[in-house]
Amino acid sequence: MAGLSTRHLLGIKDLNRADIELIFETADTFKSVLNRPIKKVPSLRDVTIANIFFENSTRTRLSFELAEKRLSADVVNFAASSSSVSKGETLIDTVNNILAMKVDMVVMRHPYAGAGIFLSKHVNAQIVNAGDGAHEHPTQALLDAFSIRERYGNVEGKKVAIVGDILHSRVALSNILCLKQLGAEVMVCGPTTLIPKYIGALGVKVEHDLLKALNWCDVANMLRIQLERQDIKYFPSLREYSMLYGLNKQILDSLDKEITIMHPGPINRGVEITSDVADSKQSIILDQVENGVAVRMAVLYLLAGQTQ
Amino acid sequence: MQNPTLLDGQKFQITIQRLCRQLIENHDDFSNSVLIGIQPRGIYLAKRVAEELRKILPGKTILQGDLDITFYRDDFRRREQLMPNQTKIDFIIEGKKVIMMDDVLWTGRTIRAAMDAMLAFGRPEKIELLTLVDRRYSRHIPVSADYVGIEVDSIASQKVVVSWKETDGEDKVVLLSDAK
Repeated sequence: MAGLSTRHLLGIKDLNRADIELIFETADTFKSVLNRPIKKVPSLRDVTIANIFFENSTRTRLSFELAEKRLSADVVNFAASSSSVSKGETLIDTVNNILAMKVDMVVMRHPYAGAGIFLSKHVNAQIVNAGDGAHEHPTQALLDAFSIRERYGNVEGKKVAIVGDILHSRVALSNILCLKQLGAEVMVCGPTTLIPKYIGALGVKVEHDLLKALNWCDVANMLRIQLERQDIKYFPSLREYSMLYGLNKQILDSLDKEITIMHPGPINRGVEITSDVADSKQSIILDQVENGVAVRMAVLYLLAGQTQ
Repeated sequence: MQNPTLLDGQKFQITIQRLCRQLIENHDDFSNSVLIGIQPRGIYLAKRVAEELRKILPGKTILQGDLDITFYRDDFRRREQLMPNQTKIDFIIEGKKVIMMDDVLWTGRTIRAAMDAMLAFGRPEKIELLTLVDRRYSRHIPVSADYVGIEVDSIASQKVVVSWKETDGEDKVVLLSDAK
């Protein structure tokens, strides 16, 4: 049977609809594996994977590492902050040194957009992008769409609003590409300064009023304000942002339908979403985390299974 | 070249019934035994055997599940992409006598993988193997079946194909000579 159409997972851009559906079907079986008494399968026992993180991460790194271990891969972890990168080593040198130790796959997060694409052209290993700057975060988008599919049975025709800092968010771009591939309608919502000027070209609706966006959508994906990527001030204060774009119980209860709340994490409670909403029954935030491991297992399994 | 039919019609049905009688001899009323079909083709055999057993033992509960072994196979990365099927085991196998079923026993590698896969669900008291067709003298690893429908002598380039009434319209075992 045919596998994925790509050798690396650098972005959702590289995937077609059949690829995404194949990943979901494979993830379904891995999810059932994860609910067994013994959650481990031996598929990748002859594969070594390096997790290279040039940027901080909790969920994504843990999720990848667990996925790798559940597949019986050998795992090495590398964090740039405690490495020779601080002594001036270049990205290609760092990665080639790791590969010289016989590593088959590289999972990389990097603060610069396109770092994974660059690497894939210069080193001889399969690359999985775990987030590159404000560009793409493909596995997050896949697990988000997988969670929507799990909740509603299908992604096609669903209305998804992505709310918050769209300009600096790799989650937003990957989500838009993935959801559009699967036939969902997408709207982005946030202050004018945090919405990229030409985002309409991706075929998404733009809305600046949170209440209107929520009334329109079936699913609201609330994004964090990426203060670490904001070089200038994009809005007067976090408090003002929170008043205009923060999701609280009062707004949620005022809607005439029950929408599903998602968040890729980490949550800034009280800024983009209040605690009572994040912990409510409508929130599938922790389901997203659970699905993350199954989806990443599927991606690694399908990439590693390609015969060289 | 001709592709001879090895088993069909009434003989096929009699073979299934004989296997059921042999199972009953060892497993009594199946209160401590379960049937597991190996995906993808063994599940039809397991379903058929379970159905026959229910006819022979009315009122008794016959538990039957499907086991996918894709992630446990030893040829991952050595041939084209392996796609998983569904595993559906809605009961506990810990401490149970498990009868694994596959339509054709050939190299034995599938059975090795299936035993590995099964252990992820617990520690059965005993594992037995039932196969409809045993391709003799072609094992790659030391595996043998406890219950055998028919034995077939074949060469590696041939292929044994079992079709089922439920999915293929007809109960039949055929030996394909130019399999590829």
